[in-house]
Amino acid sequence: MDLMTESGPAIYVENLRKEYRGKVAVQNLSLQVEHGEVFGFLGPNGAGKTTTIKMLNGLVRPTSGRLSVLGRPLGDAEARRRIGFLPEQFRFHEWLRASEFLDFHGSLYGLSRLERQARIPDVLDLVGLTGRADSRLRTFSKGMLQRIGIAQAVIADPKLVFLDEPTSALDPLGRRDVRDIIRTLQSRGVTVFLNSHLLGEVEAVCDRVAIITEGRVAAIGPTTDLLNGDHVVEVRARDVSETLLTEIRRRYTVLETNIPSIGSTRDFDGGIQTMDRPGITDCQLVLSVADSAVPGLVELLVRDGAAIHALVPRQRSLEDLFVDIVQVGGDR
Amino acid sequence: MSAVLIFARFTLREAIRKKMVLGVLLLSALFVGMYAYGFSSLRSNFMERVATGDVPLIDFPVFASVMVQLGFYTVNFLSGVMAIFASVGSVAGEVDAGTFHAIVPKPVRRWHIVVGKWLGYALMLTIYVALMCASVLVVSRYIGGYVPPNLVFSSALVVLVSLLLLSLTILGSTVFSSLTNGIVVFMLYGVALMGGVVEQIGRFLQNDTLTNIGVITSLVIPSDAVWRLASSLLQRTGDLSVQVIQTPFTASAEPSPPMVIYALCYALGAVAFSTWLFGRRDL
Repeated sequence: MDLMTESGPAIYVENLRKEYRGKVAVQNLSLQVEHGEVFGFLGPNGAGKTTTIKMLNGLVRPTSGRLSVLGRPLGDAEARRRIGFLPEQFRFHEWLRASEFLDFHGSLYGLSRLERQARIPDVLDLVGLTGRADSRLRTFSKGMLQRIGIAQAVIADPKLVFLDEPTSALDPLGRRDVRDIIRTLQSRGVTVFLNSHLLGEVEAVCDRVAIITEGRVAAIGPTTDLLNGDHVVEVRARDVSETLLTEIRRRYTVLETNIPSIGSTRDFDGGIQTMDRPGITDCQLVLSVADSAVPGLVELLVRDGAAIHALVPRQRSLEDLFVDIVQVGGDR
Repeated sequence: MSAVLIFARFTLREAIRKKMVLGVLLLSALFVGMYAYGFSSLRSNFMERVATGDVPLIDFPVFASVMVQLGFYTVNFLSGVMAIFASVGSVAGEVDAGTFHAIVPKPVRRWHIVVGKWLGYALMLTIYVALMCASVLVVSRYIGGYVPPNLVFSSALVVLVSLLLLSLTILGSTVFSSLTNGIVVFMLYGVALMGGVVEQIGRFLQNDTLTNIGVITSLVIPSDAVWRLASSLLQRTGDLSVQVIQTPFTASAEPSPPMVIYALCYALGAVAFSTWLFGRRDL
């Protein structure tokens, strides 16, 4: 069994497409997730994330494309036995007690009564609901339902877990708990496919990330590479000439401009002239610069006579990247 | 345990947990009590008249037979209503609630879910009809002193009626929302009742158009046709006088036995079709 799951990637998606009555939800989506990876799946609302997860879990039939999970074609019972899924709409049969709910879902995985009896306390403990085994789900808060949802996803000791917005109903403490659960799964070699709006969270736990917009992959790669692809550099300098500013704008991507009004008279193009030296200004810029281009930037500043007060490299956040990509998509 | 049985058990448990079974049992006990009271009052009234020399023109078994018909008709109606309302949201309700999202990805086939639910409700209905028919017979035997013929077969036909309605409702539930499904199936059930009456009037007046309308209705939804067969079997004693009294609940023109085969195929076909529809559906 394990030999089978180790062959090929954990998730393989090629040219996946889904149309709902002529409306395209997912178009031409391709990605691959390796075993043991925590994979972040990001995108704005309506980008086709949930539809993709539903297709990977056999809830929605793809219009076209190729899919395999744990090296098996979609719908393969052996593969499904090793897959856990927390749906986005975590609605469960609320008349069940927590232990009965887990027992039912465990039996759907084909676990024997003994295995279920052994697993239920384990997973309740994992999600922090140990004392609530006999409570009815009806009495659970949204956060507790989300936790019990994670518990049913991992009851059969899966090799691959899909978590669709696992922290949407949780408070900050609950979110931290889920992050810990994901790390625990990761340490056990479980592949995690995480769809979340909380970018900080994705950044904290994911080995690799894909950002999708309009049903296709806009960016994919290791989280650190995506975040460090371009350096974001904050420059604070005095005595910056107008020509230098123009040159900087031409060569680099300016993310933010901040010109303090020291002895200012009038604005020109975002800069402020000082009264005694027309065309010269103090400024604070945030630039996106390729790693190799940083020395060139310094040289340019120095050659033009600007006094560099600070040159601070800034870690680009996933949010910056996300906003960049999504806005480009939106502007088209 | 096979997946079908897991879903059947789950369905039964849901019915018990949501107090559906309790509600049905309480109301049914009320019905049986009133039925027994009515039957005994009829009998004592009859005996009084015999004792005072005012002997009725019609023998007591004829009254008793009509009472049994009424009892069976009520069981038939109640189990039909129960079949429809218990299963009206069996698929649609879970689709709307999103509860299938955590179930369908598990290593079970979608048809396991549909057939399992069907089996759970079918068991519930079979036990219910058996209990209710047995109650009617116990009342008839011990209070009325009358045992109708073809008990087991008639009861089985009443079970068939409820299974047929159950299958049709589950099929509707894979297509419509719970509310729409309830309205559609209940209307069809009503049409079947009317179709039966129209067919009987047609035969009585020898009007082929009315008869044909009734026959077509029976083909669209054979629930009433199967009931009429059950009803006519309950009257068949060889004593012609029994068939003198006609009520709207009893059958004069009995449907042909192939109707039973047709109804069975209808029910199985509905279940098969609903598994096919549910199997293709995006959730």
